[in-house]
Amino acid sequence: MSFPWAQQYKPVNPFMRWMDEKLPLPRLVYNSLGAGYPVPRNLNYFWNFGILAGLCLGLQIVTGIILAMHYAANAGVAFDSVEHIMRDVNWGWMLRYAHANGASAFFVVIYIHIFRGFFYGSYKAPREMVWLLGVTIFLLMMATAFMGYVLPWGQMSFWGAKVITGLFSAIPLVGDPLQQWLLGGFAPDNAALNRFFSLHYLLPFVIAGVVILHIWALHIPGSSNPTGVEVKSESDTVPFYPYFVAKDGWAVGAFAFLYCLVLFFFPNSLGHPDNYIPANPMSTPAHIVPEWYFWPFYAILRAFTADFFFIPAKLMGVLAMFSAILVWFFMPWLDRSPVRSGAYRPLYRKFFWVLVLDALVLGYCGGAPAAEPYVMISQIAAIYYFAHFLIIVPIVSAIERPDPLPTSITEAVLGKDENVPLMASPTAPFPGTQHSNA
Amino acid sequence: MIRIISILVGLFFTVALAWSFGNGAYQQITEPPPVTAEHEFHRHPKEVHFASDGAFGKFDRQQLQRGFQVYKEVCSACHSLSHVAFRDLTQLGYSDPEVKAIAKGFQVPGIDPNTGEDAMRPGMPTDYFPKPFANDIAARAANNNAVPPDLSLMTKARHDGPAYVYSLLTGYQAQPAALLKEFPDAKTPNGLHYNPYFANLNLAMPPPLTSTGQVSYGDGTKATVDQMAKDVSAFLVWTAEPKLEKRKQTGWPVLGFLLFATILGYMSYKNIWYEKKKHKA
Amino acid sequence: MAEQAVTDSPDHVAGDGVRRRDFINIAAVSAAGVAGVSILYPLISQMSASADVLAASSTEIDISAIKPGQAIKGVFRKQPVFIRNLTPKEISEANAVSVSSLRDPQTLAERTKEGKENWLITMGVCTHLGCVPLGAGEGETKGEFGGYFCPCHGSTYDTAARIRKGPAPKNLEVPKYEFSSDTVVKIG
Repeated sequence: MSFPWAQQYKPVNPFMRWMDEKLPLPRLVYNSLGAGYPVPRNLNYFWNFGILAGLCLGLQIVTGIILAMHYAANAGVAFDSVEHIMRDVNWGWMLRYAHANGASAFFVVIYIHIFRGFFYGSYKAPREMVWLLGVTIFLLMMATAFMGYVLPWGQMSFWGAKVITGLFSAIPLVGDPLQQWLLGGFAPDNAALNRFFSLHYLLPFVIAGVVILHIWALHIPGSSNPTGVEVKSESDTVPFYPYFVAKDGWAVGAFAFLYCLVLFFFPNSLGHPDNYIPANPMSTPAHIVPEWYFWPFYAILRAFTADFFFIPAKLMGVLAMFSAILVWFFMPWLDRSPVRSGAYRPLYRKFFWVLVLDALVLGYCGGAPAAEPYVMISQIAAIYYFAHFLIIVPIVSAIERPDPLPTSITEAVLGKDENVPLMASPTAPFPGTQHSNA
Repeated sequence: MIRIISILVGLFFTVALAWSFGNGAYQQITEPPPVTAEHEFHRHPKEVHFASDGAFGKFDRQQLQRGFQVYKEVCSACHSLSHVAFRDLTQLGYSDPEVKAIAKGFQVPGIDPNTGEDAMRPGMPTDYFPKPFANDIAARAANNNAVPPDLSLMTKARHDGPAYVYSLLTGYQAQPAALLKEFPDAKTPNGLHYNPYFANLNLAMPPPLTSTGQVSYGDGTKATVDQMAKDVSAFLVWTAEPKLEKRKQTGWPVLGFLLFATILGYMSYKNIWYEKKKHKA
Repeated sequence: MAEQAVTDSPDHVAGDGVRRRDFINIAAVSAAGVAGVSILYPLISQMSASADVLAASSTEIDISAIKPGQAIKGVFRKQPVFIRNLTPKEISEANAVSVSSLRDPQTLAERTKEGKENWLITMGVCTHLGCVPLGAGEGETKGEFGGYFCPCHGSTYDTAARIRKGPAPKNLEVPKYEFSSDTVVKIG
């Protein structure tokens, strides 16, 4: 599971020795988040987002459990119970804003985490399973976030529930009964609200379970790194503790600062005003949009405006929207380049940045009204989106001439500065770390 | 094999999108969407500032009390304020006996203690502001088929909330001649009122604030229409988020501490990595 | 972490550098600890009674219809409150008890308002574990001391609602109240 030079857990006091025999939990922590886990020494700040995502999950679970103590999942009182939290519950306003903005923070972090993966080829062998589990987590997150947004039972909640379950009505033959089954009625009401609440409470724990698998699968080959060159010797790694605990620690601080800045000073900036209007099944808001993190996919959904041969536009849109995420599952097999990191792939790198821009354009269009020019722009952006994953990536990976790779991580870290004499340090904290550099 | 399939699937989606694009573009050229009066004449809210704005914003309680008076004497005839309880008014600087007296001035639904039948009784501090209409149908019937919305969350339920409320209240005007010239069909229907700050320009609510001195302020402030609109907007900022002040006051120490802790964390990180990083220096 | 700083420092940092660097690490970990503990405060505080619950105001109860020997149950803070119009016999029974022999020594006069000694107003919540004692309703048993009897664990109260027998430690609680008029009592 780990490299041969990984430090071994040696319990010192008798209690820890006793514990190690009965339930080696401290050993597990030591080997996965402690000194026993060697990590490539050259990880950049993009590698902090995994921990931050875990933090966000924990934050959402804790604040969510607390909100559930005050929230009432009943169409008659749900909206009022949220306002009760905002006005009367001690610190309720803070906890609710923490949860609502926590969802946004989670998605910011997870998008950076995913695009880190795209750039550095984190999905490639031997980490395909890590990637597959990661995409699964993302899908679960989207389902959880969607159902959470329904709970306040405002206008956007209601119409979001109606529109998103309406996606399933596009499926031929079974569509309409399926939507009715999902909602437990003809339109969102108590039945839908209660099942969404139940599942919204359940899914985060499912996510937590898949996260454990995700980390487990990661720890088998160990972390990837910005060069994409696999770890070869001890000098390529540092132990997770203290090095990455310290790095993650201060990154968590910086993240918390930005998060609290939004929470305390711009708590409604990412929400939609219409969700402060109680749900009204008789009137649709003029401009309905999901939360920002769904915008790129929403733009793809709306980009299909004309029937394509025998396929109705509605079905095409739904098909494309789901495919837009499902295609990520195939990344390990679509991208056959032997070189992992985008840093050494000049052509892929350019397309990667186009993809980033493309996703931002899709996001912008998805949040804009369904009118020109946004629809046409999102059509072009969606064309690129599918072309990128399904056509460009496979072709580029076949024809590209990658830049020369460093022979090792250590060389990548230390070899560039040839002017600087290597330190002949006799006091390397871990024997051999520096001697092998010299 | 997988690459061939993927390219075929990719072509399927891109061609379908291109087809949609072509159709859309053709339509755009052959029948461009008509320009609407809303598009041309709708205006964004006016620029207006409140004491509660900004990172250090605090409520101006005198203003909130004036705004409350405007709500009570003008708006409450048609608009409910259902998330606000009389007891909350202590936050505006009213004393407990004053709140009790205010509450008593409102009739709230209750039951007759002897017969158990529905009856009205004077309000108590724990009661919420009563609704002016029993239900939406009654509200519709009394208001030219439009339901006056609840005002408790109004400033959070509209873009630029308080500025929107202020602009709407002060924005009534005669329909511009230019509009009628360009869109002869867009004449404000009978019973509606032209207001460029309202999304579809014609509003069922008649101008609620019409003349200076419509309410008489106890603190001597001159009750111009502009002043009343501003005051009631400020009041509605408070009703929408009574914890706004506390939120900002909590935010500063939290951010200060996090900044301090993050700097410490960064120094600690530098310190721990010192040995690993110095080769590059 | 501390161990780390010690091993890698001596050659590179002179003298007090070691201690300064250790200090930063300790300070950083402490700051994280302070943050963790501060987060707990709102998480715990949210469970205590919310503003609307705390504001639940006083209750006014009309007592004009209660004849001597009768009692009614009112509601105060979502709990029953017993209002009992004592008969002269019940009053004298209560006064006949030697106070020093009681578990929770109190006279009837201490538990009623001056001049209104016949009005015994107490919470209908047994001081043992919170059941509602019998004795206020029509036809309910009043227990062997003629006051209240808690069916849960057998606590028995006398005509001044003082604990006389059974596990309850205290007399039935007398809430804060006042007579707004001769016929209306305001509790809380």
